Amino acid sequence: MHDMSALTAQSAIRVEHLVKVYRATRAVDDISFDIAAGSVTALLGGNGAGKTTTIGMIMGLTEPTSGRISVLGHPMPQERDEVLWRMNFESPYVDMPMRLTVRQNLTVFGKLYDVKNLGAQIERLADELALKEFLDRPSGQLSAGQKTRVSLAKALINDPDLLLLDEPTASLDPDAADWIRKHLETYRRSRNATILLASHNMLEVERLCDRVIILKRGRIADDDTPSGILARYNRATLEEVFLDVARGRTQEAQGEAPGEAR
Amino acid sequence: MTTLRAFDERSHRGIAWHRIAAMLLRHKYLLTSSWPRLLELIYWPMLTLISWGFMQTYVNSNASFFARAGATFVGAIILWDILMRGQLGYSISFLEEMWSRNLGNLMMSPLKPIEFVISLMLMSLIRLAIGVVPMTLMAIAFFDFNPLSLGFAMVAFFCNLIFTSWAVGLLVSGLVLRNGMGAESLAWTLIFILLPLVCVYYPVAVLPHYLQWVAWMLPPTYVFEGMRALMITKVFRVDLMLEALAINAVVFGAAVVAFLALLRSARVHGKLIASGE
Repeated sequence: MHDMSALTAQSAIRVEHLVKVYRATRAVDDISFDIAAGSVTALLGGNGAGKTTTIGMIMGLTEPTSGRISVLGHPMPQERDEVLWRMNFESPYVDMPMRLTVRQNLTVFGKLYDVKNLGAQIERLADELALKEFLDRPSGQLSAGQKTRVSLAKALINDPDLLLLDEPTASLDPDAADWIRKHLETYRRSRNATILLASHNMLEVERLCDRVIILKRGRIADDDTPSGILARYNRATLEEVFLDVARGRTQEAQGEAPGEAR
Repeated sequence: MTTLRAFDERSHRGIAWHRIAAMLLRHKYLLTSSWPRLLELIYWPMLTLISWGFMQTYVNSNASFFARAGATFVGAIILWDILMRGQLGYSISFLEEMWSRNLGNLMMSPLKPIEFVISLMLMSLIRLAIGVVPMTLMAIAFFDFNPLSLGFAMVAFFCNLIFTSWAVGLLVSGLVLRNGMGAESLAWTLIFILLPLVCVYYPVAVLPHYLQWVAWMLPPTYVFEGMRALMITKVFRVDLMLEALAINAVVFGAAVVAFLALLRSARVHGKLIASGE
């Protein structure tokens, strides 16, 4: 597990004793973690584990019940205006106006983020994300894969230092998902950007992430590098680890042969 | 944060007009891509004017008192339309973001709540202009009523009505933020609760005494009374307009506080990240 005492000035995100209670439900229950600038971290967990709520609080869309969040050196949500223009996000829970063309949507968001040389930036993203052929088509007429690429273009329109992605390749075919992952890897490397993503796709996490935080019922069940977690659970894939955690099979049990732990 | 790039932070502090302009551009794209939306803005005001305009023509030709009072009908219709369409223009511009599931994108962007509110107010003016300008031209052409001939009085009427419409729009959008699309119907219905109380087509004296108290607490009442005074007795009641402005300041301030409280409540209850029913 990562040592919270080792927090450094290089943290892009710092979460301390974060709690979110909805009526009687503790959606997030006293979690703390620190995400280094330039890293890619995955939040893993089943439905209702608290991933989206955690990301919502980091973005300032949801107010924590207690605890502290610092993003790019600024407390959230108190200083959200200082950081929102340096971050961006993509989520299946939001969409872009369907009647507007892809270019129009990117123009509006580019202006909201005060992007300089916006036309050139849109052309560059259209090139990189293969949007050119439908740049002037209404967003509502695109396929799921095309929409995801457009959402990613919107998420990258301001060249963010911090990118929050909620299931970035959900509902995509393997080819499109692989394509998106490659682009995210390239973006992270070229910009030294920090990426925090919530995902159910274990292959995606293994391929993209330096670190995995596993959430279960709002608490951190594990937190390590993908290889560290695989070694500790004595599993070959994160999917097997995910099932172990989801079904309550503890790490200690994994000292046995994988077959015996099942 | 040594690893993070330096940005020009100046444009992200205070109210930024480029972000408000971006929101207006978003609605321009929408309106110009959707002729039914554009037509709807013009259709209802014109239909209402035609129906009541002919009623006025009939009344004018049948009785001397009603001839004078009847002249207020078209004025009342136009002023009520400013109030109603101003609120609808605000609320629909807001609802467009909910319908397109775009609110999360906006709330996560550098757009500040105050900038969002200003952009909605400007959109309500633009939508209102699209509907009311043809309506006014029709009133001049067919019913011999030119609201512009009222001069400064018309400006005073318009300002007071638009402030009230924005206050109602703010309250409705706050309620939709907090309660989801289940509260959408308020956008279409809430303003109509004012229709009998603000005395659009009749003087306040017609109301029962206890309702007169309620009526005088609502800024549009002063506008409609002022309009009748101007058209029947040719007197512009500045006192009524100042009283309306004072009450509007309180009502608008209360609406801003309510909107911010409802926005905060929406954040507390996690409603912004997955806004819907």
